Amino acid sequence: MVNLIIDGKNITAKEDTMLLEAIRGAGISIPTLCAHEAVSRSGACRLCVVEIKKGNRTRIVTSCLYAAEEGLIVDTKSERVQNVRRLVMELLLARCPESDVLQKLAKELCVEPQARFIADSDKGKCVLCRSCVRVCEEVVGVSAIGLFARGSHKTVGTPYNEKSDACIGCGACAYVCPTGHIEMFTTGDKRKIWGRTFKMKTCDTCGRYFAPVDQLKYISKKTGVPLKELGICMDCR
Amino acid sequence: MKESSDTQARRVQEDLRLNYGPNKKFVTVCAGTGCRAYGSLKVKDALEAEMKKQNMNVEVLATGCFGFCEKGPMVVIHPDKYFYQQVKVEDVPEIVSKTVAKGEVLGRLLYRDPDTKKTMFREEDLPFYKKQLRVVFGQNGMIDPTRIDDYLAIDGYQALAKVLSEMTPEGVISEVKKAGLRGRGGGGFPTAVKWEGVRRAHGEPKYVIANGDEGDPGAYMDRSLMEGNPHSIIEGMIIGAYAVGAREGYIYVRNEYPLAVTHLTLAIAAAGEAGLLGKNILGTDFSFDIHITKGAGAFVCGESSALFASIEGRAGEPRAKYVHAVEKGLWDKPTVLNNVETWANVPLIINRGADWYASIGTEGSKGTKIFSLVGKINNTGLIEVPMGTTLYEIIYDMGGGIANGRKFKAVQTGGPSGGCIPESLLDIPVDFDKLYEVGSMMGSGGMIVMDDSSCMVDVARYFLAFLQEESCGKCVPCREGVRRMREILDDICAGKGREGDVELLEKIATGVADGSLCALGGSAPNPVLSTIKYFREEYDAHIKNHRCPAGVCKALITYSIIPEKCTGCGMCIKVCPTQATSGEKKKAHTIDNDKCTRCGACIESCKFDAINVK
Repeated sequence: MVNLIIDGKNITAKEDTMLLEAIRGAGISIPTLCAHEAVSRSGACRLCVVEIKKGNRTRIVTSCLYAAEEGLIVDTKSERVQNVRRLVMELLLARCPESDVLQKLAKELCVEPQARFIADSDKGKCVLCRSCVRVCEEVVGVSAIGLFARGSHKTVGTPYNEKSDACIGCGACAYVCPTGHIEMFTTGDKRKIWGRTFKMKTCDTCGRYFAPVDQLKYISKKTGVPLKELGICMDCR
Repeated sequence: MKESSDTQARRVQEDLRLNYGPNKKFVTVCAGTGCRAYGSLKVKDALEAEMKKQNMNVEVLATGCFGFCEKGPMVVIHPDKYFYQQVKVEDVPEIVSKTVAKGEVLGRLLYRDPDTKKTMFREEDLPFYKKQLRVVFGQNGMIDPTRIDDYLAIDGYQALAKVLSEMTPEGVISEVKKAGLRGRGGGGFPTAVKWEGVRRAHGEPKYVIANGDEGDPGAYMDRSLMEGNPHSIIEGMIIGAYAVGAREGYIYVRNEYPLAVTHLTLAIAAAGEAGLLGKNILGTDFSFDIHITKGAGAFVCGESSALFASIEGRAGEPRAKYVHAVEKGLWDKPTVLNNVETWANVPLIINRGADWYASIGTEGSKGTKIFSLVGKINNTGLIEVPMGTTLYEIIYDMGGGIANGRKFKAVQTGGPSGGCIPESLLDIPVDFDKLYEVGSMMGSGGMIVMDDSSCMVDVARYFLAFLQEESCGKCVPCREGVRRMREILDDICAGKGREGDVELLEKIATGVADGSLCALGGSAPNPVLSTIKYFREEYDAHIKNHRCPAGVCKALITYSIIPEKCTGCGMCIKVCPTQATSGEKKKAHTIDNDKCTRCGACIESCKFDAINVK
């Protein structure tokens, strides 16, 4: 266990706990967009920044990636921290003006859109948090989507924006997307995502459509469980 | 291989000394990329052909970059060391028949000082070279970088032999520490501290890497070192690997540097054949190998964690470095990453001693630094000076002052994310700490000199545009913030600046610097902040008075013809692409500003300086 001070409070945290968890454990709220429990952390959104003091040196770090240390003094609301957070929110509001999630978060953080920035109209609601790419690679294991280009041209998608053979239509990317940018439509026996239409399978017990056939085939292949045994939905299992 | 490593290396060297003695007659031709573009290889071929024709057995060496790129192609006749500049193929027969054969000097090929009009015979007499201390870079001009024997003849691999025969790894680290060597890639981190960290770190294997991903516009010192003296880098790496306990190393070099890649590849192979790389180096238990990784030219790949990602075969994106590379670097293993120039300093420290090394430079920055001097300066080229040399000496003594008789305005040091330093600060001694203090940085050593024809808002805009393109796009402040700053600068340059823009730029800049994931974003605001700090009046002129004082920003300037100067020659009418200039022959012409696109063609064509830009 390590002892640290967060916003003036003495806190004890397990070693290797990230500051984000230690701070939230202490009942202090910290905004995040890219830290999702299902995937590894990237430190992309920078909303969770805090100011830390070690000896005489202070610096800004992302709390989602910085492990708690003995004697660390953490300020989650310093002026520098708030400046970074405000800037990040202003930049994201200008990038994704349509995002209700961002608007709500901005309100909570008392951030208004920066009038001097011309709002984008081509980015949708994507903040490039990369949770979708990570879940597809780390959890699903198919890497059907990735990040393309760099800098302000960066986008998320399937290779060359073509229909991906690797995609199994599982929808994990849409599930972890913090802003609802990834669109997935499931109606009757069809699911549409990333430009492809997947055939849904009915549950052998209740008859409800519950998963794309491609996803069940993939699970069967990966786990060795015969496809037949995967024909029952979670509710009926 | 049973012979002791030291004796073995010394014997090889003795053999070579006979071939390269002080009285040996030979000719060197600068064959750096710059001089090659000027045609230096043709000069070299012509020299060889001519020697044959005149039945002379004098060797012609195509060497690495001499540094004085402004005056290429350059040829030096040894042992007299006569220095010929801007040599053409036509000059070759006379060079051979007169200078090489009889020792007669060809006055027209000597460097003539533009101020005193005096001609100068040898390299060391030239003002460009006089104040330099070329301990790292100077060997470039003495060797053919494709031949390991040339490097051995100038005491190459002596430092390695000494390290392997007499020094412990700890002893090497303490020598480098005593020398005070700091990283030449920009960070200025004490090299020995890094090495110590890796030596102590748990985890195997350990790696040493040379960072040759030089990406600053206008900077080419790393390239010239890799091209001109690859063995000095390799020797440094082998010594470093011995010190930290690594068995494998990488040189990360961009593929746009084909000559550097070729020379490094040849050097690694030759060192391997000579028993200087590979298993049981110089007969000892120590083994080490070097691989080359070619980068695809992304600026961000010079950042350590992005460079590791690139070597590992992933996209070149940085990651948070709260656990340092000395513990978890390449493939999460302890890694020393040093710039190629840092590595090239290592053999020097071992050969000549830490005390000698530490006697050069300032209190906090020891040794020399290679700078690439470009922009509106008379003597474009690469210089190596002791740390602590003033900007004034660099720009005026070595650089020969501002080109075309114009006035100095600013020098940008440290590459695109460095700062612009004004005239009032030219007296500062150049070292890591001082440059940081004035809002710029050492970076890898690029210096772009600007004269009064540069608009500082436009300069800031240019660098931000570069950084926006080169940002990897991973974190929000850098990806979106740099772009928004550039958009505001675009507006200001287009005459659409608003009151409060400067303050907003400062606010964004602070947030981007504080909030970005890596040093690219962390330092990206420097061009904006330093130009605001030192050239605020130019921003105000653009925003408040709709004027570009330097006459650069097209939306804010108008062209007119000064009737008193115009002779009515018609030249401007001929060259104007939009028919904006008109007038009768021999009478003063006029410019229609509605048609004029401010392309500058008329200014270039006018022999009478009759076009006014306001």
